[in-house]
Amino acid sequence: MENNNIITIQNLVKRFPVGKGEFTALNGINLVIGKGEFAGLIGPSGSGKTTLLNIVGSLDMPTEGTVTVLGKSIGTLNTREAARLRKENLGFIFQSYNLLAVHTVFENVEFPLLLLNFSKSERQKMVMDALEWVGLTDKVKSKPPQLSGGQCQRVAIARAMVKKPSLVLADEPTANLDAANSHHILQTMEKLNQELKTTFIFATHDEKVISYLHRKIYLLDGHIDKDERMHHDKKTKP
Amino acid sequence: MKLAIKLAYRNLIGAGLRTWLNVVVLSFSFVVIIWLKGVMSGWDYQAKSDMTKWDIGGGQYWHQAYDPFDPLTLTDSHDSIPKEALSAIRKGDMEPILIVQASIYPQGRMQTIMVKGINPQQTILKLPTKKLDTITEAIPAIIGSMMAKNSKLTIGDMVTLRWRDMHGTFDATDIVITDIFSSNVPAAEISQIYIPLDRLQQMMLLPEAATILTFRNTETDHPQINGWVLKTKKELTQQVDDIIKAKSVGQSILYFVLLLLAMLAIFDTQVLSIFRRQKEIGTYIALGYTRQQVVGLFTIEGSMHAVFAALVSAAYGMPFLAWQAKVGWTMPLDTSEFGMAIAQTLYPVYSLGLVVSTILIVLFTTAIVSYLPSRKIAKMNPTEALRGKLQ
Repeated sequence: MENNNIITIQNLVKRFPVGKGEFTALNGINLVIGKGEFAGLIGPSGSGKTTLLNIVGSLDMPTEGTVTVLGKSIGTLNTREAARLRKENLGFIFQSYNLLAVHTVFENVEFPLLLLNFSKSERQKMVMDALEWVGLTDKVKSKPPQLSGGQCQRVAIARAMVKKPSLVLADEPTANLDAANSHHILQTMEKLNQELKTTFIFATHDEKVISYLHRKIYLLDGHIDKDERMHHDKKTKP
Repeated sequence: MKLAIKLAYRNLIGAGLRTWLNVVVLSFSFVVIIWLKGVMSGWDYQAKSDMTKWDIGGGQYWHQAYDPFDPLTLTDSHDSIPKEALSAIRKGDMEPILIVQASIYPQGRMQTIMVKGINPQQTILKLPTKKLDTITEAIPAIIGSMMAKNSKLTIGDMVTLRWRDMHGTFDATDIVITDIFSSNVPAAEISQIYIPLDRLQQMMLLPEAATILTFRNTETDHPQINGWVLKTKKELTQQVDDIIKAKSVGQSILYFVLLLLAMLAIFDTQVLSIFRRQKEIGTYIALGYTRQQVVGLFTIEGSMHAVFAALVSAAYGMPFLAWQAKVGWTMPLDTSEFGMAIAQTLYPVYSLGLVVSTILIVLFTTAIVSYLPSRKIAKMNPTEALRGKLQ
């Protein structure tokens, strides 16, 4: 069972300096997330969900406690090791897509594979597969400014999924999308979760996203308020 | 590194007009710097070449008392041609020249000049001395165009020459201008009159005397001759080197201004990029780049402007530079009044070293200018960068 845990968080505290004092963003978080989960950190603005996601993604460091992601203790990683963890095992999806504006769709999705030194032919195949998952094979030569918000987020999903990471972290992925596009990308991610057994963790307060989650972790003022595992039924979704 | 170059290339091409504006400014600097340096090299080459052809040959022996900057020494700065030089003179590889101070009276004005006695059959210097081998009622003389202009003398003019012989006795005779040459070498022209050596020796009552011995071949080993000082070609052209060195300092200011303009554009672009592209920087880090790798990427991106500029320069600069090397650059002013060996039209000379060193200097400067603002990335908080928050 222990081997199935992708994330183990013990007594996590995160404080930020604010003026002459400190602000405690996370306080005593204990959490275990297993392989293949489709979980969400839910809470209002300032509850600490993005901070927690950033620490899990090794973009930030814990102040106290331990966070172990795929067997690596985040607090002890140097910048090179943290970058390697992100490069090899993690995928990110952001609220504002964070695509490289001057690169084409193909080049955006190809980027993580370039970092991993895949050959050209491998990259070609993997990028086209990823674009097929998100239904954008006809947009390979387009650039992000030529795409709609929904299409941009689908490119971001393809970029996050192309290297088939163990864990995908999605921070408010539907915040800039309309309802139809939100459901489309959530269905895509759910499908990828089921087919590739990739673990997804969302930070969200969007009801549409919440309705898809298999596990709902409610954060309030930097601590876990409630942790619910859902008996997932597709029919209940809009 | 390969990946950073690939990404930098994509980013620059993707940035479109912003990239090409910087590239064009930088390429202009490339072409102007190479052209100006080429003109300097051309001048250096032309000045030394002209001096060699018209004035100094492959080098000279000077009488030990001779000082070209002190005319008072001329009275004593001559001696019989040394025995060691006779063989070379017979072969035509060395020419004795007697130099005497005198006065001429063109149109009633007195003008102090140097009279140089030279063998009319000499072939070491490019001077048209064959025109001295002419039977005329007066002593045949040739002068340079600068002298002709100053004295208002033309071919066929007769002018009175006054000098003092070895005993200090004044004497005078007429000379006739048989030719006027143009050499671009002030030392060979300004206040210089050339007459046959034997005539000057007779006038001075100094048979077989010379002030300097000009030899043809630089490479031949020239022995020390007692009472005479060997002056190599390098020593005799030192003045040109000094002038060009002084001019180069002035030109460096122009290079600096040109480079500054180009570097300012790149620096500005880099600073702007780091502010505008915070999200992109955060994304690179999230996708697995370290901050140092992002610094490297931005530095390569900035430096790549210089690579593009070199290519653009090659596209329009090579035809321009080749055309300039062919037609030369004609000075807007009369160069004969500059008082230095400079032709009216300068032909730039470009060496591989010049092109390579210019490219390397610009590349190196661009890399530094690109790196300096990029260092800020190393201090960025990736989570703030991802949100595009200014840091």
